[in-house]
Amino acid sequence: MPSLDGLVSAAGLVGSRLRTRTPSAFRWRRATLGALGLLLLAVVWELYKALGPEDGVVVGGLTVLPRTTDLAMPHVWDVLARLGQPVNSTQDTLVWQAVLGAAVFSLGVAGVGWLVGVVVGLALALLMQRFRTAESAVLPWVILSQTVPLIAIAPLVRRWGSQIEIGAFQWENWMSVAVIASYLAFFPVAVGALRGLGSPDAIHTDLFRSYAVGWWTTLWRLRLPASVPYLLPALRLAAANAVIGAVVAEVSIGLRGGIGRMIIEYAQSGSGDPAKTWAPILGAVLLGLLAAGVVALLGLLLGRFRRGEVSA
Amino acid sequence: MRHSIRVLPGIAAAGTITALVLAGCASGGGGGTGSGGGAGDSGGLTPVTLQLQWVAQAQFAGYYAALDQGYYEEEGLDVTINESGTDTVPIDEIAAGAADYAISWVPKVLGSIEQGTNVTNVAQIFERSATTQISFKDAGIEGPEDLAGHTVGSWGFGNEWELFAGMQQAGVGLDDITLVQQQFDMNAFLAGDIDAAQAMTYNEYAQVLETVNPATGELYQPEDLNVIDWNEVGTAMLQDAIWADAERLADDEEYAETTVAFIKASIKGWIYARDNPEEAAEIVTAAGSTLGTSHQLWMTNEVNKLIWPSASGGIGMIDEEAWNRTVEIAKGTENETGATIITADPPETAYTNEYVEQALADLEDEGADIVGQSFTPIEVVLNEGGN
Repeated sequence: MPSLDGLVSAAGLVGSRLRTRTPSAFRWRRATLGALGLLLLAVVWELYKALGPEDGVVVGGLTVLPRTTDLAMPHVWDVLARLGQPVNSTQDTLVWQAVLGAAVFSLGVAGVGWLVGVVVGLALALLMQRFRTAESAVLPWVILSQTVPLIAIAPLVRRWGSQIEIGAFQWENWMSVAVIASYLAFFPVAVGALRGLGSPDAIHTDLFRSYAVGWWTTLWRLRLPASVPYLLPALRLAAANAVIGAVVAEVSIGLRGGIGRMIIEYAQSGSGDPAKTWAPILGAVLLGLLAAGVVALLGLLLGRFRRGEVSA
Repeated sequence: MRHSIRVLPGIAAAGTITALVLAGCASGGGGGTGSGGGAGDSGGLTPVTLQLQWVAQAQFAGYYAALDQGYYEEEGLDVTINESGTDTVPIDEIAAGAADYAISWVPKVLGSIEQGTNVTNVAQIFERSATTQISFKDAGIEGPEDLAGHTVGSWGFGNEWELFAGMQQAGVGLDDITLVQQQFDMNAFLAGDIDAAQAMTYNEYAQVLETVNPATGELYQPEDLNVIDWNEVGTAMLQDAIWADAERLADDEEYAETTVAFIKASIKGWIYARDNPEEAAEIVTAAGSTLGTSHQLWMTNEVNKLIWPSASGGIGMIDEEAWNRTVEIAKGTENETGATIITADPPETAYTNEYVEQALADLEDEGADIVGQSFTPIEVVLNEGGN
């Protein structure tokens, strides 16, 4: 029996060793461009605010571009300055500290949701890949699950959760939010992984079969490596979904501590203190960037298997 | 086949990590909304869960004050206060057994009762309605009859009925106005997109007064605004009330006793908020509200005005006339789709004064002032942004 490693190389599954290392100069340029992009956004904001019509751009009675008043579009520097001031006059906490704390909290909840979603999604994909019947039976439900509106399931999940009590373990509200985040996160993983696991060419699976290699080994040596290019975009989508799910579920069930709740709380002072309203929105952006960064890190670890990504 | 073994440790490791993360977060997650201590070790106290209809703010000052001042504990109750999100229906939490009592507006619950939810209003805390329709003086909207031809804002979701009833009474049809869905903030009103905006006296009205008027460079003043008060128009509906599970009231003696104790302690909390508005506002802020300091105090003061002085014979008593008016409006007012809240009178179990009367009798024995005849609101100066 030839060594399996040889077999795998023959099948061309090990990432190309010819892949050139990214020169650090290139990396720097990318970082600079990213920062410039942010700056450009601020410049466009201020330019529009300075030059745009006070009442916004209205086409046929519909406002297509916002008003340029301080109420609708506070100055970028006002928003930044507000970040450095206390939340309100009785609290010492500065707005940026509060926003950062909330972002970390939401990231934690979304992270748990993402992890659960990925585990469930992968398990479903494996099940569907292993048994054709399972695919026919489960896949329609997987797709159907995403058509249920979040606002319908959020209160249900919270209510069911509040009745769970196993020994010393007590269900907490943040877990309901994590469950809702995972509910959105598992879908791209399940679909992406299923496609990825089925992506090896027939000639490769036939080769494995002709050597009487078992299902588990084929999975580990052939299907999983082959699925990475499909899986990574799916994981990224799942991360974005988990963040959105967590933030929306926080608003929906009123969980305290995270960005979602902060957005509605600060919206209450939206008229008298417009710059404050933007603070949690910046936090949400930061949250998305952090989540994407974590998945990018994962991509680096799996770099060996990335041979051109295919979107799920 | 030797390689197949390696998969299992991988799966096991993934499972362990998930479990660890969950366990780690379980202790670190600050997601608990109640500050009433754990339900597990209540030391002989009866655990009670109260479901609010929104997040912590001075609208619920009495309950937070009762918790903070230990009134609930004195009555043998270990109370957990649950906040609401945008999609929480407080009454449904009672029906699902996730809460023992809930705070909700009467018209919103009347619809639920007709749909089959079996709950009872056991104490009508707010006697007056806080809903108004505000507009800038130059729009010339002084009463509901002036709304015709204007852009009128409403939050919808059951907040629109007093407005519709007022218009119906004044002969203004829904076709005569442009109805606009209103957001949480007052920006659309300030920008002129809405001529007459819905505003709670304790919240949105203050939001406008906390905003700088670009024309003067100073905050907007009450003189800049016209206010349609539904209490004066005569289409006010009953708002914040304490709701209990009707079935448990009938079958469960202990729950009935707990109800009296809960109402009594809550009323003590509201008396505290009346006599100590500054402290009550601070208690609510300490309970996690991020509202600005002057805004919180304003809200406490305005909410006190809705309760005190009580004209119904004592705080919490359900005034039959006000109840009947609320039911009549709920039956006779059509919304933009032609629907009414209810089509028939609610069942007898929809409200009772039985428990609040016992609570008030106890309080009177203890020498508490349950009417607040001498109540005078304080003067609150609003700062920019409510801070």
